[in-house]
Amino acid sequence: MKTVDLAIVGAGPAGMVAASEARGHGLSVAVLDEQEAPGGQIYRAVEAVAAQAPERLALLGEDYAHGRRLAENFRVSGAEHIDRALVWQLEPNGLWYLRDEVCHELKANRILLASGAIERPVPIPGWTRPGVMTAGGVQILLKSSGVVPDGRVVLAGNGPLLYLLAAQLLAAGCRIGALVETVPYARYLEAVPHLPAALGSGYLSKGVRLLRHLRSSGTRIYRNARDLRVEGEQHAEALCFHAGGHEVRLDSDLIVLHEGVIPNQQLTRALGCVHRWDDGQKCFRPETDEWGNTSVEDVLTVGDGAGIGGALAAEHAGRLAALEVARSLGYLQTRERDRLSTSSRRQLNKLLQGRRFLEVLYAPPEERQSPPDETLVCRCEEVTAGQVRTAVRTGCTGPNQVKAFTRCGMGPCQGRMCGNTVSAIVAETQGITMEECGYYRIRPPIKPIPLAALAAAEVDCELDDVAQ
Amino acid sequence: MFRRLSDPEKKVRMTFEGQDITAQEGESVAAALLAAGITHLRQTPVSGHPRAPYCMMGACFDCLVNIDGVSNLQACVTPVREGMSVHSQVAEKDLLHEDG
Ligand SMILES: Cc1cc2nc3c(=O)[nH]c(=O)nc-3n(C[C@H](O)[C@@H](O)[C@H](O)COP(=O)(O)OP(=O)(O)OC[C@H]3O[C@@H](n4cnc5c(N)ncnc54)[C@H](O)[C@@H]3O)c2cc1C
Ligand code: FES
Repeated sequence: MKTVDLAIVGAGPAGMVAASEARGHGLSVAVLDEQEAPGGQIYRAVEAVAAQAPERLALLGEDYAHGRRLAENFRVSGAEHIDRALVWQLEPNGLWYLRDEVCHELKANRILLASGAIERPVPIPGWTRPGVMTAGGVQILLKSSGVVPDGRVVLAGNGPLLYLLAAQLLAAGCRIGALVETVPYARYLEAVPHLPAALGSGYLSKGVRLLRHLRSSGTRIYRNARDLRVEGEQHAEALCFHAGGHEVRLDSDLIVLHEGVIPNQQLTRALGCVHRWDDGQKCFRPETDEWGNTSVEDVLTVGDGAGIGGALAAEHAGRLAALEVARSLGYLQTRERDRLSTSSRRQLNKLLQGRRFLEVLYAPPEERQSPPDETLVCRCEEVTAGQVRTAVRTGCTGPNQVKAFTRCGMGPCQGRMCGNTVSAIVAETQGITMEECGYYRIRPPIKPIPLAALAAAEVDCELDDVAQ
Repeated sequence: MFRRLSDPEKKVRMTFEGQDITAQEGESVAAALLAAGITHLRQTPVSGHPRAPYCMMGACFDCLVNIDGVSNLQACVTPVREGMSVHSQVAEKDLLHEDG
């Protein structure tokens, strides 16, 4: 079996830049990604869009088009790109992936996890109905297929990605019925002290431009919206909420929810990396040093999977991790590593400081951490917030006990959709912190693997281990 | 609920519950179904409620369908293929839990 110096999981900005940098220092590199092409979430399908749909490239904006250069550099770097490869199990010096319904193993001296973020789930009553989607999901339809919403569209929530999607949809000729902002007024005041750093980072001017564009398009904007709920039985029919002292009901064919992104923790958790609650970002993130080294030897993680910093920060962090791996494998002296890292280190710090403003302003509203009893928190097993609370009151002391008792988090998504909410409810009900409460124990495989795929693997592997 | 900005250039033909669907080469099964106006992909095993794709990136598992006889496939991360036959599924509890 082949052994590479560095295996990278994820071909987003972090993974692509890390691969190019590592190749530049002579390392052998393999990059695995579930998607068909490099780009990650932000630059999804950028090569195909640039080649086949120039109008779509234009409407997606220049930040998106920037991904072309990263993909080009990555393609010529000499790194092996293993596309359509789902990495489902990690070991300190190797990993397992599923490709074309067959399992393969890859050995690596170092593993860099650049598996990005997922959207923060927005558990409100009725969010499981057809006709409710995430902003990222709607954006994926636009990027990958040129498919856009039609009919009465309502965008609800907060955060840069929601405004970006709004601008992209408008550019694509869509009408947006309303934008329902869930930013409590108090957040604006709390965010002010972080304004100066944000001014230097470029985030703010972008945001202001997007908002102005939205307003001039005639999109109705509701602010400080609370008590969100989706009405409709078989399909979402309306978004209801409280704003400006009124009950508002907006008839809608498509309700698009978004309240920021959080690290995709499946791989780092399954490997047993130490995670900490980040109260600024309101998410759990793997603990790392300044180079991305995790608590597990020879495993690093960078990019939005290690804590939300955005796509440009992911590039710099990817470069730093590659330099560190080059050093640890003897391709670079420590001194050279440090010298080569100064520019990326400086820019990374600046970008991260600029984000504090966004983190405070767009922290999820309290009602999301503590949803009303009738809300389904676990989409797979259909467990409500009320059932989780009852379980805690009757003696479940942590998320894993709640899981065993209610089946919450036991479905195929393995807690991706309910994990944070369940921890928040447990913490609130017990009067403990999120850090004390912790998170589900995640075991590999991180996605259900068909038994046939395991059987087809040309290796002896313990079926019991992976398909329990 | 959705429309295409332009007609598929490289067409792929497939079916959902026997109904003919034209998709664009390279796109996901979920995108093809949504573009064709199909929003109910599965029924939940517990309450029997309909579900549609929610995240489109493989995280929520609400897009599980049966493709050419194989259940529990994520429509949003499975590319369309000529002649593919897709069916909605009532996820069987045991199937789902075999790996959980
Ligand atoms: C749906 C979505 C859309 C977004 N759109 C934008 C946007 O338009 N603009 C913006 O500024 N920010 C956007 N973001 C924020 C995003 O997190 C960016 O900051 C950026 O993409 C992060 O880069 P990254 O390299 O850390 O990870 P990503 O770009 O997320 O790349 C991670 C890659 O890892 C792969 N991966 C994950 N797990 C596995 C596995 N187990 N096996 C194999 N491959 C795996 C994924 O397929 C993905 O390609 C979006 C986030 C999401 C979730
Ligand atoms: S739509 Fe979420 S996993 Fe497919």
